[in-house]
Amino acid sequence: MDDWASYERMVLIRCFEEAVERLFSEGRIMGTAHVCIGQEAVAVGVAAALRPGDALTSTHRGHGHFIAVGGDPGRMMAEMFGKATGYSRGRGGSQMMADTALGFYGSNGITAGSMAFACGLALEAQHRRTGRAVVCIIGDGAANEGLFHESLNLAALWRLPLVVICENNRYAMSTPVAAGLANTRLAERGAAYGIPGCAVDGNVVADVRAAVETALARARAGSGPSLVECETYRLSGHSKGDPRAYRSPAEEADAWQREPIRHLEAHLRAAGNTDPARFAACRTRAEQAIAVAIRFAEASPAPDPATVTEGVFASD
Amino acid sequence: MLMKTFTLAIRETLAAEMRRDPSVMLMGEDIGAYGGAFGVTQGLLAEFGPGRVRDTPISEQALVGAAIGAAAAGLRPVVEIMFMDFITLAVDQLANLAAKLHYIYQIPCPLVVRAPTGGGRGYGATHSQTLERLFTGIPGLRIAAPADAADASGLLQTALRGANPVLFLEHKLLYPLRWKIGGNLPPPVPFGRARITHSGDRVTLIAWSYMAHLCLAAAHQLAAAGITAEVVDLRTLAPLDTETLVTAARKTGRVLIVEEGPVTGGFGAEIATRIFEAAYDSLDAPIRRLAGPNCPIPASKVLESACIPDIAAIAAAARDLAESAN
Ligand SMILES: Cc1ncc(C[n+]2csc(CCOP(=O)(O)OP(=O)(O)O)c2C)c(N)n1
Repeated sequence: MDDWASYERMVLIRCFEEAVERLFSEGRIMGTAHVCIGQEAVAVGVAAALRPGDALTSTHRGHGHFIAVGGDPGRMMAEMFGKATGYSRGRGGSQMMADTALGFYGSNGITAGSMAFACGLALEAQHRRTGRAVVCIIGDGAANEGLFHESLNLAALWRLPLVVICENNRYAMSTPVAAGLANTRLAERGAAYGIPGCAVDGNVVADVRAAVETALARARAGSGPSLVECETYRLSGHSKGDPRAYRSPAEEADAWQREPIRHLEAHLRAAGNTDPARFAACRTRAEQAIAVAIRFAEASPAPDPATVTEGVFASD
Repeated sequence: MLMKTFTLAIRETLAAEMRRDPSVMLMGEDIGAYGGAFGVTQGLLAEFGPGRVRDTPISEQALVGAAIGAAAAGLRPVVEIMFMDFITLAVDQLANLAAKLHYIYQIPCPLVVRAPTGGGRGYGATHSQTLERLFTGIPGLRIAAPADAADASGLLQTALRGANPVLFLEHKLLYPLRWKIGGNLPPPVPFGRARITHSGDRVTLIAWSYMAHLCLAAAHQLAAAGITAEVVDLRTLAPLDTETLVTAARKTGRVLIVEEGPVTGGFGAEIATRIFEAAYDSLDAPIRRLAGPNCPIPASKVLESACIPDIAAIAAAARDLAESAN
């Protein structure tokens, strides 16, 4: 992915998330959703570092991760609308979508809930020597779950081809990092398991990509897992209806100055891309794609209630 | 006919399945050179190596979660939880991931979680529980609870060839018991088919795992006293063979459900309701439950015995029920 491709993908994620917020406020979709406005560079940087066949697991805030690896906004939107054409046929909603054909092994509504699962995906890759590497994205809040520690220890002991990305967006719901982590230098936790831990500017897509590529190279070489902390900021609320009383407008305004799309725009301009029409065209294409996605979702049939108990078990 | 212990039947089944299918892999705490806390996996490390017989750190959550991930990617992991009591540490992974992978994501999860269960050895409150009740209310999990060596092998074969997560319960008191089974493995046993292990027409005893074994012994005692009991061994709790147990209830009109573990919220209540709903008109007496009292399992032998139904208690309850007025 070159800078323009990254830019295009980040803008697509941004438009998707803006649409989700709008659809909620208009009462057109129900349930819950956690949008990732401000964190697009992590999703796209990770996706840029992955190779075909690699696997990715995600969090409750997973729309961006999924779009970054090629998730279809139409089927994602249909899932948000609870339609039969959605990735989980209306059974997963915002927090639970997967497409193994894309290597996307699911967003997950349990904080840290995919970490050991990702170890297992990596174990299969190691055992059968498939060459696959696995990236597991979690949030800073997830780093305080027992599963974080158990999984990193297991992955390190077994030298699994795994990269754990901690998307440190400064808050777990309303809990600031400093109120959740006794040692806020999260990347230092790698040392506790004898694996590399590094922190990068998660608003700079090239930095994310480079750090993840390094970690993936290590994983592919059989040297085991790494922990990559991406320092970013959740510009949106935690989920819909979050009044964001736990932080100040000044803090948010400051974060908007450093948000990843703006940052990449500045970078592209500095590299000589000064035509405003090119940036505008990106935005227009993304908005059109999301409009198409919404139309597809709205026009899609609802799932048949008679099928509600279908598929609890796979056919043996 | 060769005699084989429950332990050996499971070990040989695991070995045979591992020889047959290279994707079968064992994971658990101290299952390698140590052979597992109950010796079930003894010798398997030597044959299959550390790649397929994996000792794990004491991390029940990560170990079960990793097995789920490996299963989702196409392996067939068999996890050993050292004592079933410790499965509480991994309930999130089983309830929120394994049980939902197929329904939500359409990803099959061919996972077997083996869990030594039950009391009777004086191990105390954190090493003696029967906790299948925690899982019977979670759609998406299969639960097998064999009461003899042939079923242990047959159900395990089915579990290992299926595409779904299976909780496989092994009662600790069954491990050393010997059964007549031949040199070759018995055939696979389908899930969802209960077995009538003793035929009778005065009273129906329904149980699974070690309690089904005790019910059979109680039925022999009762027969000697002139009371014939129909004994239903459920073999799997999920799926549950409602048809067989309703038929058996209709046959005798009197039903005793025997369960290890506290009576409140026990799976016996579910069984009773299913029978009541389907066979109300055939019942000659209220359905009874014989189960543990509502307390943790104490360590002292006398106290522990007071918590768990035994043959004498089953026989007494069955006789009482059989002789009760219409
Ligand atoms: C096990 C569990 N506990 C609590 C929650 C409720 N919850 C959902 S998201 C969230 C915050 C997670 O924070 P973090 O991991 O930093 O991710 P972020 O939301 O910042 O992306 C909480 C508490 C949950 N979904 N799962």
